[in-house]
Amino acid sequence: MIALAFTSLLLVIGMGGGLFAKSLPILQEHSLSNLLFSSSWHPMKGEFGFFPFIMGTIWVTLLAIVLAFPISILVAVFLTGFSQKRIWKLVYPILDILASLPSVIYGVWGTLLIVPWISRFFGPIFVEYTSGYTVLAGGIVLAVMILPVLISLMTELFKTVPEELRDVSISLGATTWQTAKFVILRKTKAGIFAIVALAISRALGETIAVLMVCGNSAETPHSIFNACYPLSALIANNYGEMLSVPLYESALMLAAFLLFIIVLIFNLSSQLVLRYIKTNE
Amino acid sequence: MMNAVTLPIVNAARQISTLWKENIIKPITRSDNFVPDCKFEHTLEKAEIDVSGLNVSIKGKLILKDINLKIPEKKITCIIGPSGCGKSTLLKTFNRLIDSTEGIHVEGKVQLGTNDIINTQGNALTEMRRHIGLINQRPCPLPMSIYDNIAYGCKINGIHNRHMLDKIVEHYLKAVGLWDEIKNRLHTPASRLSIGQQQRLCLARSLAVEPEFILADESTSALDPISSKIIEELFVRLKEQYSIIMVTHTLRQALRIADYVVFMYLGEVIEAGDAQTIFHSPQEELTKNYLSGAFS
Amino acid sequence: MKWKFIEERIFRVLMHCSLWIVFGFLVSIIYTIFQRGCKILTWKMITTLPGGGFYIGGEGGFLNAIVGSLYIVGASTILGLLISIPIVFYLNIYLSSNSKFGYVIRLAYDILFGIPSIVYGAFAFSIMIYFGLRASLLGGIIVITLLIIPIFVRSMDEVAKTIPHEILDTSYSLGATKWETVGVMMRQIAPGIATATLLSIGRAIGDAAGVMFTAGFSDRIPESLSQPTATLPLSVFFQLSSPFPEVQNRAYGAAVVLTIIVLILSLSGRFITKYFSKNKI
Repeated sequence: MIALAFTSLLLVIGMGGGLFAKSLPILQEHSLSNLLFSSSWHPMKGEFGFFPFIMGTIWVTLLAIVLAFPISILVAVFLTGFSQKRIWKLVYPILDILASLPSVIYGVWGTLLIVPWISRFFGPIFVEYTSGYTVLAGGIVLAVMILPVLISLMTELFKTVPEELRDVSISLGATTWQTAKFVILRKTKAGIFAIVALAISRALGETIAVLMVCGNSAETPHSIFNACYPLSALIANNYGEMLSVPLYESALMLAAFLLFIIVLIFNLSSQLVLRYIKTNE
Repeated sequence: MMNAVTLPIVNAARQISTLWKENIIKPITRSDNFVPDCKFEHTLEKAEIDVSGLNVSIKGKLILKDINLKIPEKKITCIIGPSGCGKSTLLKTFNRLIDSTEGIHVEGKVQLGTNDIINTQGNALTEMRRHIGLINQRPCPLPMSIYDNIAYGCKINGIHNRHMLDKIVEHYLKAVGLWDEIKNRLHTPASRLSIGQQQRLCLARSLAVEPEFILADESTSALDPISSKIIEELFVRLKEQYSIIMVTHTLRQALRIADYVVFMYLGEVIEAGDAQTIFHSPQEELTKNYLSGAFS
Repeated sequence: MKWKFIEERIFRVLMHCSLWIVFGFLVSIIYTIFQRGCKILTWKMITTLPGGGFYIGGEGGFLNAIVGSLYIVGASTILGLLISIPIVFYLNIYLSSNSKFGYVIRLAYDILFGIPSIVYGAFAFSIMIYFGLRASLLGGIIVITLLIIPIFVRSMDEVAKTIPHEILDTSYSLGATKWETVGVMMRQIAPGIATATLLSIGRAIGDAAGVMFTAGFSDRIPESLSQPTATLPLSVFFQLSSPFPEVQNRAYGAAVVLTIIVLILSLSGRFITKYFSKNKI
């Protein structure tokens, strides 16, 4: 049984190590900075510039957080200070269902609703033409996917603020929003950062929903109405051709390794902060 | 053509004067003219509480039964009685803090001055709460620095000027006797103070919004005897300006400082009156038994 | 009208809007999927295999995907339970609650929980290549098992931590060995295990990125472990990518089936928790 428990550690290390090992061939051919910052992606010619994909991932994830963060904070504050307990009982199943929906379903919804909306209504306000398969579509779909995790974790976090603090603020004549702003949000600042980091790590890894709406074009996006090509979509789309071109497999494994490391960093730091908060309350 | 130019200007001027009158924009006060303890309007004429027919039940169980009381102004009123008789609930009803308890049902009238707080809602209620200060049993400093704790009450009521806040903080810390002890570390977190200091800080914080009433819910029971004594002396000094209503578990404290006494038992007011009368010649049998120590 | 009241009013409105936005997203997703899918869905689709030319407008259904998913998820759940239950017991009974080793193991599982499924897929794919395996049912089972284990361990651990120590102490003081105490613990957390299982199945069945490389895709029901197999999410994805509208419509049908399965699992999981928590201590 100890062995089984050890497997978890082994798995983490093994995964990281294995992916890294597989990425070695391409790292030996090109320098790391060339790989990370070059924009030319022509596997047939042996050029592997990851920059567009990294930027694609960053753009989509950032947009998702920007969209989801205000909504989730407002809902979490509402549920913990402004409403009766029974509203929480209504909202919780909604969040549950949203969280359990498979990624493909979000992708289908995105293709059916969001993409046409962007290409027909929203896009033409700002740009001449957009196909709808854009960073914005990916951002919106991702935002909806990380909303449940953000809201439920934040609500839990806000509930840890002791009742007395709220009572004190209210008896000084503060409105409920002022109490939320000055007392609750200030006290839970660290936790909020950790939760956002956790949400980012989930968003980074989302593959199939983003793949279906983001356009899959290997160019660095210049605006949210351009198409993009996040790292996860890159790996998913090209696994079939991996074996035919030399170094392609290694390149994709490097992409997987990059994703692994970034997710690991965000996940680990936020877990440590959240655990620290839990033990200190 | 001229109308098109003057009309918007006139309208803007009208808007600004309305906002001015309603105190949303205030003239920038020169700090020399500023008096730290006269910054808010005093809208309550008489600082006395008139309770009539108050019934409070939680989830169907009657906690306070038909309370009728008149609490005088600018005196120390002590509510005494054995534990569990509803003293804290009564206190919390005065500033409607019990609203957050589940299953609460309140009936009756509680007049603070001329306003019935039971029937006030929303913004007016928030406004009324400013007139009632609350000090809990366990000191509860806000998660900010000492300075910010006291300034908090002022900030949420519209005072942001740094000079004014400095004066306010100094004034109230002096009023509770903390100024000399902590004037060098105003911006350190308030949680680092000792319990006695924290309780005094909470008192200063409540005073800073210029309430007319101070409700103290067993505010010295978590403190050491020396800090308790300091707080009691503060109350005695403060009663000239504020009506203080204390819940106390120890008869001795009431004996020491009370001017008016309310004896409660199992959710009912058994006897209420002038402290000397109650202590030396109580009318009810229960009161006599309680005072002689038959039960606590 | 002081500023603070205006502020309070503004934020209240914003909060209500956010709540409605969240609710609106859920309704929009469910409505879009069901509206298109229910029109198309026929009994025949669920019960027949894809005929020739399925993806270019031919006849048939997606029974292959349904059965394939059930095979993979069923096998992975069983394997996952077999592996995770001993681990959870080890963590909670054999280790003291303050042990550093336990902390590290739990952290490792939390990390594994956060790793995106595409990374699992890429990693498992490279291992399979190393061993000379092709995309097959076995590959899919392995990946989904690896994916499911952290979910199991995490949720069962949460439940196991809530067991008051007195129950275990009582058991020991009656002379029970550690193994027999395990039985006591089982009874207490059985509903927790059931809920965790249902939720994990929901997650596993909806996962596309992990099985993309490892289970392959096929129009038949696999007859042995070494044959590739179709899965519901991939079936939706491939059908949607087809240029023919009839095929795309069928994708919506498959999406409806997938959504219904996941909803049933998620709702029954919550139902079990509610129903059984009445009898818990």
